[in-house]
Amino acid sequence: MITVDRVHKSFPLGGETFTALGDVSLELADNEFVTIVGPSGCGKTTLMNILAGLETPTSGQALLDGKPVTGPGPERGVIFQQYALFPWLTVRKNVEFGLKTKGVPRDERRRIAEHFIDLVGLSQFADALPKTLSGGMKQRVAIARAYAVNPTILLMDEPFGAVDALTRVRLQDQLLATWSQEKRTVVFITHDVDEAVFLANRVIVMAARPGRIVEVIDVDLPYPRNDELRLSPAFTALRNRVWNAVYHQES
Amino acid sequence: MTLVQTPAPAAAQEAPAGRRRRGRSRTLVLNAVSVVAGIGVWWALALSGFDIPTPPEVLKRYGELIADGTLLADVGASLTRVLIGFVLGVALAVPVGFLMGWYGPVRGLVEPWIQFFRTIPPLAIIPLAIVLMGIGETPKIFVIFLASFLACVIATFQGVVNVDTTLINAARVLGANDRVIFARVVVPASTPFILVGMRVGLGSSWATLVAAELIAAQQGLGYRMQSAQLYYDLPTIFVGLITIGVLGLLMDRLLLLAETKLTSWQERR
Repeated sequence: MITVDRVHKSFPLGGETFTALGDVSLELADNEFVTIVGPSGCGKTTLMNILAGLETPTSGQALLDGKPVTGPGPERGVIFQQYALFPWLTVRKNVEFGLKTKGVPRDERRRIAEHFIDLVGLSQFADALPKTLSGGMKQRVAIARAYAVNPTILLMDEPFGAVDALTRVRLQDQLLATWSQEKRTVVFITHDVDEAVFLANRVIVMAARPGRIVEVIDVDLPYPRNDELRLSPAFTALRNRVWNAVYHQES
Repeated sequence: MTLVQTPAPAAAQEAPAGRRRRGRSRTLVLNAVSVVAGIGVWWALALSGFDIPTPPEVLKRYGELIADGTLLADVGASLTRVLIGFVLGVALAVPVGFLMGWYGPVRGLVEPWIQFFRTIPPLAIIPLAIVLMGIGETPKIFVIFLASFLACVIATFQGVVNVDTTLINAARVLGANDRVIFARVVVPASTPFILVGMRVGLGSSWATLVAAELIAAQQGLGYRMQSAQLYYDLPTIFVGLITIGVLGLLMDRLLLLAETKLTSWQERR
């Protein structure tokens, strides 16, 4: 379980104090798929970095199963918007990276990497360098790499933000397919309302200045989700609710 | 599960690779044409009364200097100096550059000196080096060492500083500690910078060498030209110049080859 307890993050910006996050509290159950949506500057990336242990809050704390987060840990996999693949390593070596730091023996490393490369549908490209892959493929490698170290939590920071709309829809389908086979707690940050509703069982809407949670919307739609659901009235109704929460915030 | 359909990377790359190959062969033809034309101009100038030797005269002198072993001995002496100085310079520059990039205090301590010595052309150190180290091999190797060290240390430092923070974060969240991040992220990510630094360092080593030999040496390409000057021996000077140019070019190509091999993972425009 993830608990965010009155997390506050501010830093000096041109002589003033900029409040990235103002007392945000949140609880996430295990194996939940939560999306965080909001305008830029609402502190969603800061919140994710705090959960990842890459940034520390000014006050308050993030807890994992009751233990405070003090730094990155193997139970939390992170997927960055800019893919962050090591360009000098092949797809396979990228996926094996975390296993190697953990000291997993070679044969087992290879077996695990193979499994997750296969899971994201890139078996053909296992020995390719990242520069030969498209943006969508790179992000799938990053997903496989995060999965390989077997985290219980996946933190995804606008992972599909840099790919075209068609690829994005396919990647969403695929992420859900992967997630349904390998359940994890997912915190997925996006600025795309459709994406937020389609993926999540809970959508958290944030607002800026100061960064805060304005609304939490439960998405009671069944998994697996497909195109039919994407076009259903129930989906549209939820989408409209989230849309209003994001774009018509009282300031 | 759904599979995202994407074209094979090989197919996507074929077109530009083919175009590049055609472009390369055309460039080679243009290079050859340019070299031949240059020699033609040289020849024409020599024949039209300029006081320079013709290509056949220079070629004849080449034959003589090779036959009596002088050229080989000179090339050997010069190359030995350059390689010793260059290897020592790079061997020190890479660890110092890494330390400067990785540890703030080291950077603070070392950087003023590097910036200071960088503004002094290595050649200007020669008089001091000769006074302090005598006229043997040491001062020449020292200035070459200095030239390659300065070029390479800055490049290595830049390489370390420029490593993408996202890559370091990605390694951290995958469980890497500082040592692992250094060995498996910082070193490979800065390799392209180091190799560029080595090329620049080799270039300035070579330039420094010839000048050092002009001032004080008993052997070497620079010395050979210096003594030829006393006898108004223009063909020998030409032999020296051409040899220096060709050797410099060859060494640069070798490093370029290493660079292409070691950094083929880079996305190039």
